[in-house]
Amino acid sequence: MNKILKTLKEIASYPSAVVGGVMVLILVAISIYTVIAIPYNEAISLWKSSEQQWFRNPKYAQPAWTNFFRTKKLPTTIDENITAHPENKTVTVRSDGTKTITENFPFDFNFDGFPSDLAIYFTYNYVQKPPFAVATFVTPDGRKIRLKSSMITNSFRIDQDTALIQKFGNTPPHIALFSVPKSDPAQILKGHYEVQVEIITFEKDTDVDAEFIAYGQVSGIAGTDHKRRDLMIALLWGTPIALMFGLLAAVGTTVAEMIIAAVGSWFGGWLDALINRIVEVIMVIPQLAILIMIGTFYSRSIFVILGSVIVLGIFGAGIKTFRAVFMQTKESAYIDAARAYGASNTRIIFSYMIPRIIPMLIPQFIVLIPSFVFLEASLAVLGLGDPTLPTWGKIIDDARSNGALFQGFYYWVLEPSALLLFTGLAFSMLGFALDRIFNPRLRGQ
Amino acid sequence: MKDETLISVEDLKLHFRVAKGVVRAVDGVNLKLGYNEAVVILGESGCGKTSLAKAILRLLPRNVQTYSGKVILKGVDVMQYSEEEFRENVRWIEMSLVPQAAMNSLNPVLKVGDQVTEPLLVHSGVKKEEAYAQAKKMFQHVGVPEDFLQRYAFELSGGMRQRAAIAMSLVTSPDLIVLDEPTSALDVLTQANIFNVLKRIKQELETSFILITHDISTSSELADKVGVMYAGQIVEWNDAEAFFRKPLHPYSQKLMASVPRLRADKEPDFIVGQPPSLLDPPKGCRFMERCPSAFDKCSQEPPTINKDGRLVKCWLYA
Repeated sequence: MNKILKTLKEIASYPSAVVGGVMVLILVAISIYTVIAIPYNEAISLWKSSEQQWFRNPKYAQPAWTNFFRTKKLPTTIDENITAHPENKTVTVRSDGTKTITENFPFDFNFDGFPSDLAIYFTYNYVQKPPFAVATFVTPDGRKIRLKSSMITNSFRIDQDTALIQKFGNTPPHIALFSVPKSDPAQILKGHYEVQVEIITFEKDTDVDAEFIAYGQVSGIAGTDHKRRDLMIALLWGTPIALMFGLLAAVGTTVAEMIIAAVGSWFGGWLDALINRIVEVIMVIPQLAILIMIGTFYSRSIFVILGSVIVLGIFGAGIKTFRAVFMQTKESAYIDAARAYGASNTRIIFSYMIPRIIPMLIPQFIVLIPSFVFLEASLAVLGLGDPTLPTWGKIIDDARSNGALFQGFYYWVLEPSALLLFTGLAFSMLGFALDRIFNPRLRGQ
Repeated sequence: MKDETLISVEDLKLHFRVAKGVVRAVDGVNLKLGYNEAVVILGESGCGKTSLAKAILRLLPRNVQTYSGKVILKGVDVMQYSEEEFRENVRWIEMSLVPQAAMNSLNPVLKVGDQVTEPLLVHSGVKKEEAYAQAKKMFQHVGVPEDFLQRYAFELSGGMRQRAAIAMSLVTSPDLIVLDEPTSALDVLTQANIFNVLKRIKQELETSFILITHDISTSSELADKVGVMYAGQIVEWNDAEAFFRKPLHPYSQKLMASVPRLRADKEPDFIVGQPPSLLDPPKGCRFMERCPSAFDKCSQEPPTINKDGRLVKCWLYA
C-alpha cells in the first residue's frame, strides 16, 4: 500500500504524467458514461436508422456552440409542434360533419443567417377521404404567402416545392421567405413570423396535428451529418470502442511478445532461431495490407480485425526488443542460482525473467495503445470499419465520402480528429512520464 | 568423521566447444568425500575449479562438447539420471550450490525471504509459512537477523547477501554444499566471519562441503581434505593437516610458498609463467614448463601415485 502511494507520489511529480493521466481518466469517464447513458443496442439502432428517426435534425449542421464565437449568429432549429401548444389549435365543426382545424405556429426569428430547410409534418388519420390542408406564411411586415393548398401528406417539404421555387424566381424558399423583399443579396428580415395551417377534414373522427420545423444551421454539441444524425452519438460511442480496441490489442500483442521472447531466449538454440526468423518474416509483411484484405474478403467485424491485429502482433518486432533484455537477464547470477536450486524452466521464465522486464514494459505498452486506436481509425477511413459500430474513424470516412472538406463542413472531420489526437496525446504523455519513472536508465535525469 | 562415502566422482570430464576448438575445463577428475567432511579445492584462476563445481551439479552451459564420467552420490550414479530427474532429486535435495559472486545471485525483484524459501517451495511443496519458518532457522545459523527476510537484496550488505545465499543453500538440508569462492570480493573481516559461519554449520548441521577458493590461509581452518587443481586435473589430493605442513606436488609447494607468512622472514614466492591453455594442454605433465624440478620423464603423462593414502600426480613420487 505504501509502495503504491510512493509510486503515485512520484508520478505526481511529473506534470506531463498528471496531465496525461487526467486526460486518460477523462476518456475512461466518457466511456463509462456513454455505455451507461446510451446502451449499446440503442446506440446501434440510432446510428443505423434511416432519416425517419432523425427528421427533426438539420443536415450538415455545425455544433451549436460555434455561435458563441460568431458575431452573426446562425439559426438553431425552430421546432413548433402543435401538441406542445394546444391553445394555438382551433377546431370548428360544421353542420355537414366537416371540420376546419386551424393551427398557428408563431415564432421569433432573430438570427443572422437563413434556416437551412423548412418543412411541415402532419400526423393524421382518415378512413376514405384524406383531409385537405392550406398553409400560409406570415412575415413580420404582414405579407401573407400561400405555401401550399393540397391533399394532406405525411410531410410537406417547403424547400422542395417546385411551384414555390418558381414563384420566388428560383430562390430557395428558405431564403426567399425570410428575406427583405427585393433585397439582393438577400437580407434577413428579423421579427415575429407565423405559419398558419388550415385543415379541412371530411370525416367525423379525423384529427390532424401539424409540426412546423425551420431547420437551423447549427445543432447540438457536435453537429449533424448527411443523414441528419447527431454526431455526438458516434463521438461518444467511439470512445469506449477506441479504448477497448487499443487496450486489448496492446495487451494481447505485448503479453504474447513478452512470453515468446522469454521462452525463445531462455531455451535458445533452434527455438530461438525459429522465433527470430518468424519475427523477421512478420516484420516485412505489410500489416495494413493484410488487414485490408481481411476486411475486404472476410469480415469487417471489429472483433475479427482485433483478432487479426493481435495474431499479426504475436510475432511482432517487439520480440526483438524484449529478447535483447532477456538475453542479458538470462546470464545474471541469480538465474544461474535459480537453475542450481532446481527451479523449473517455467518457473524461471515466469517468476525470474518476466518480472525483470515489467518496468520496461508498462510505459511501452501505454504508448502502444494509441497506435492501435489510430490503426482502427485508419481502417475505418479506408472504408473497412465495422459497419454496425459508430466509431471516430467512421465519422471521418462519412465526412470524406460526403465531401465535407470541399463543402466546408470542417467540424465533421475536426471533431473525431481532435478526439483521436486527444487520445494519442493522453497516452503518450502518460507513457513517456512512466518511462522516466520505471526505466532505470532514464531515472533521475 | 564417518568413513562412509557421500560422493565419489570418477573420471569426470567437461569439455566446452568454442570458436577456437575444445576447452578441456575439467579433464578426468576423481574425488571422494565422506559425510560431514570438507574439502578445499585450490588452484589458480582458469584451472577449471568453477567448471568442476558446475559439472558436479550438472549446471552446463550450452556449448558442451563432452560431459562424461561418474558422479556417485550415496551409491547411486546420478549421471544416469535424466535432466528432469536430476533437477527434482539431486539439486538442492542432495547437494546445493552457493554460486560464485553469490552476492549477485539473489533475485533483485524478490524479497530475500521469498528468495531463500524458493528452493523449498520448488522442491518439497511445503506451505509458505513452513518454508519461512525454516528460512528463519537458517538465518539464525548464518547469523543474519530474521527481519532481513522482508527486505530486498539491494538493502543488504555484501556479507549479509553472502550469508543469505548460504542460508538459501541450507534451507532444504542437503548433505553436500558446493561453495564456489564464497569469500571473493569480501573484506578480510567478513571473510573470517563467513568461514566461522561455515564452521558452525559443519558442526551443527553435519553437512559436507566442497569449497572452491584461492584463499589458502582462511580455508585451512575449515578443510579436512585439500585438492589442488591444475589445468583441469587434480594434481594432489591430501589430508588437510599433512598438506598444510608439507605439500607433495611441486605445484602445491609453489602455491603454498606464494602465501605470505606472518612470522617467517621470507618474501612470498611466485610461479613463473602462466597456466597452460586448456584449449591445447601440453602432453605429459601439464605443470612441466613451470616446474622447478622437471626432468625428462615429465614429458610423459604422469600416473596418480598413492603415497600413504595421499594421491599425487607427479613423476617425482613414482
